[in-house]
Amino acid sequence: MPEQSILRFENVTVTFDEIPVLDGISFEMRRGDTCVILGAAGSGKTVLLKTAIGLIKPSAGRVFLFGTDITELDEQELFDLRAKTGVLFQEGALFDSLTIEENVAYPLVNQRAAKRKKREIRELVEESLRFVELAHTLDKFPSELSGGMRRRVGIARAIVTEPPLVLYDSPTAGLDPITANTIVTLIIKERDVKKTTTVLVTQRYQDGHLLANFRYNPRNGQVEPVTGNGHSDTLKTRFLVLRQGRLTFVGDQQQLEASADPYVSKFVKREI
Amino acid sequence: MLDILKPPVLALQDFYSLAGRAIRNIVRRPHYYDDIVLQMDIIGVGSLPIVLLTGFFSGAVMALQMSRALSQYGATGQVGMIVSISLVRELGPVLTAVVVAGRNASGMASELGSMKVTEQIDAMRALGTDPIQKLVKPRLIATAVVLPLLTIVADFVGLVGGYVVAVPLLSLTTAGEYWNTAWRAIEYNDIAQGLLKPLVFAIIIALVGCFYGMRTSGGTQGVGRATTQAVVVASVWVFVVTFFITRVFVNL
Repeated sequence: MPEQSILRFENVTVTFDEIPVLDGISFEMRRGDTCVILGAAGSGKTVLLKTAIGLIKPSAGRVFLFGTDITELDEQELFDLRAKTGVLFQEGALFDSLTIEENVAYPLVNQRAAKRKKREIRELVEESLRFVELAHTLDKFPSELSGGMRRRVGIARAIVTEPPLVLYDSPTAGLDPITANTIVTLIIKERDVKKTTTVLVTQRYQDGHLLANFRYNPRNGQVEPVTGNGHSDTLKTRFLVLRQGRLTFVGDQQQLEASADPYVSKFVKREI
Repeated sequence: MLDILKPPVLALQDFYSLAGRAIRNIVRRPHYYDDIVLQMDIIGVGSLPIVLLTGFFSGAVMALQMSRALSQYGATGQVGMIVSISLVRELGPVLTAVVVAGRNASGMASELGSMKVTEQIDAMRALGTDPIQKLVKPRLIATAVVLPLLTIVADFVGLVGGYVVAVPLLSLTTAGEYWNTAWRAIEYNDIAQGLLKPLVFAIIIALVGCFYGMRTSGGTQGVGRATTQAVVVASVWVFVVTFFITRVFVNL
């Protein structure tokens, strides 16, 4: 079990100024899983993601990342585990004093485990930017790009080291529906092409619905709805619903849509 | 009562923790040499014009103030000595530190604060760099190197300022006497405290600036607050610490 477990929360509680922001969270993700975490603003979604990679230390409980208990690890020890995790922060969190190329190259240049030659770094950066269809922006600065483009660069930076686990923090927040769909399509493409374990934190049920029911077809380069039974075993999408720091729901899409909980159904009843 | 004391005590604890980690990391790899050189340029070369101006006029005003007092005792020939002692021991280090605190502690707090509120510091940690190594250490080293150098420059142009007032402007003394008394007045003890002070001030300015930047919260308003706090706290500490260093040297 431990070698298959990518991320495990065991009764994790996080408190800020004695107020619990996460309260007794437990769940587990295995290789290839997709996990959609829904919740209103301030429900603890971002804190949960940051706790998963040790940016925030839990005040109680344990977090296992790639089978290692990270609760007691110091910053230096965490770097090797974080190198295997890609993160897209809310709003992208690009370094605004660096160019797009330097931003995407940042993990390649700075991760200790991944020392590479300049030429190789440039190739990987270009490949990653091509993946998000922004290969022409290498010399630009983040402020010169639109909000949607910045998120896409954020995705390119998160996946440039080809991490087996990628965490996306509200990738579609504040974007128009068309751009939001482009972003989710990229997430599906990354998940299906690189077979990454994916955690998506979002306020929009539509994002989760797309992730659960669509897959990337490498033959035509399009995202298509899953049809028939052939794919259902590979689409292991679970939904978690957070409410004021507590998990009020864990289950698949059918269970989510059937839930009688008024808070949960508020997310689902939106038009898809 | 305990509730009132808790936040400052916790802040002090955080400050010591940051200071400890920053100082421990000075010898630990990786070293970001590019960042150190860049910060030296920003803090050192960038502060040079304002340091030259404040240094020159503080020396000039010292000579001006002393001219009346010294003429009462018929000791106007000693103006060089007074300007040089007060500049090297106290005014040069303190004024340069206050100017650099105003310019660079605020710069550090606002730059790091903006990075904090836009999650760039978290992104940095997530992408494999320790912000203490990448952001705090270069600023600490750069300030510790350039502030003593800036102080030396300020001391010198201050003496020039004093000379301009004392010799060509007021004819209090001759050029030879001015520079002779100024030079002879300075002892090793004065040079030691004149250089130790900027080193200590540099550590205070860099750490206070980075500390307030790294603990910024509350969006752009928080960045503004952090910037103000950094300048105020760094400047106040400069004045407090200079008292204690002087106290030690006076007894030597």
